[in-house]
Amino acid sequence: MSTERELAALATTAPETIAPAVLLETGLADGYLAYAGPAGPMFVSFNARGISSLTLGTDPEAFEEKFVELFGRPAVPVKALPKRLGRALEKTLETGRIGSLPIDWDGMSEFQQAVLRKTAEILPGEVRPYSWIAREIGKPKAVRAVGTALARNPIPIVVPCHRVVRNDGNLGNYYYGTDVKRAVLESEGLDVDTLEDLSTRGVRLTGSDTTHIFCNPTCRDARRTTDRHLVEFRSEAEARAAGYRPCKHCRPAAA
Amino acid sequence: MTTDTLAPVNHDLAADLDRAFPGWMRGMQNGIYSGVRRLVPSAADAEDITQETFIRAYRALSGYSPDRIRELNLPGWTWTIAVNLCRNAARTRSRRPRTVELDRDVFHRQDGPERHALTAEENAAWEARLSRLSPAQRTAVVLRHVVGLPYKDIAEATGRAEGTVKTDVHRGLAKLQETLL
Repeated sequence: MSTERELAALATTAPETIAPAVLLETGLADGYLAYAGPAGPMFVSFNARGISSLTLGTDPEAFEEKFVELFGRPAVPVKALPKRLGRALEKTLETGRIGSLPIDWDGMSEFQQAVLRKTAEILPGEVRPYSWIAREIGKPKAVRAVGTALARNPIPIVVPCHRVVRNDGNLGNYYYGTDVKRAVLESEGLDVDTLEDLSTRGVRLTGSDTTHIFCNPTCRDARRTTDRHLVEFRSEAEARAAGYRPCKHCRPAAA
Repeated sequence: MTTDTLAPVNHDLAADLDRAFPGWMRGMQNGIYSGVRRLVPSAADAEDITQETFIRAYRALSGYSPDRIRELNLPGWTWTIAVNLCRNAARTRSRRPRTVELDRDVFHRQDGPERHALTAEENAAWEARLSRLSPAQRTAVVLRHVVGLPYKDIAEATGRAEGTVKTDVHRGLAKLQETLL
């Protein structure tokens, strides 16, 4: 064989790891990996800004396909999360609070960001109605839009959209089904049966007859009230008429 | 591979760098890796350098105006980055030689049927043959005959005159013919 042909035969294929590494380093792709979460196996994606998505599932190809569709850039598999991010995510999943976990808010509308940031303030073990989010972000009439923004939450569990329920206290919809929503809420210590009982009986707010303060029924202050002193209300008007004022922690009504 | 046939790629990169870059890289990476692999002794170094070449290419391109990207001789320009990285790697190696060298070629056998990964012995033999060439000759021979780059692009990548590159290729080949496998 001539030397030229010998040299030409040295042309080879680049290792498959090069392109993903470059895309990751230049921010043209997010990294992702399988992760065991409180609601079962999931995929977590991230980039230089923080966690970008969380998806329940076990099929990497289906995940990659959905990711490109949603974000317009690919996700490439990595062996581990960057150390600091990994520690922060672990802590968030353990405590149910975002804490110092960096989140990639880019690509979300201002409205969706406001909804999701507000949602992240709801503590584990508690829930709030859609109308509460709408009022808290200063858009009291946008209840339906709040529902849409939550349905499109790219980082469920971490941004706890499962802690937002229908205005009548019914658990309401969840991307992964109501059963998953119920299971996650119960794992956070919420008594879902009691919540649903209040809902069917038309109770929206609860108060304490010693403090004359009314709360969202799952507010940590409301839960401290003993049964003997617990008062149930069907509406804000009813509570106010009885001489009660809204709780400053859970803000069940405009002050 | 001429700049004329690659012109549409220039336009795509100029129009939307982020969208066009991954496809452009996938089209370039086998050529860059194949060449770099014969300019540095180990597959691990070749992988690192190929990766770094594209990272630097992306960062540079994101600072260029669309007009500048449209006028770039992309293969020559990209090889300028790769050749520099290979040269720097050689300098680093001579200061701090590696004692253990893993041959990672063996892990990358997703090649087509006509492209067989070389054995460790074959790789070592090529390294020995190519290391008899001067750095300029080695670069010129590898870019011309392993990568298939036109003389014009090699001249651009190495900052040498086209005539000098031709001489380098010619003399390099003659030296290689003295050492048969």
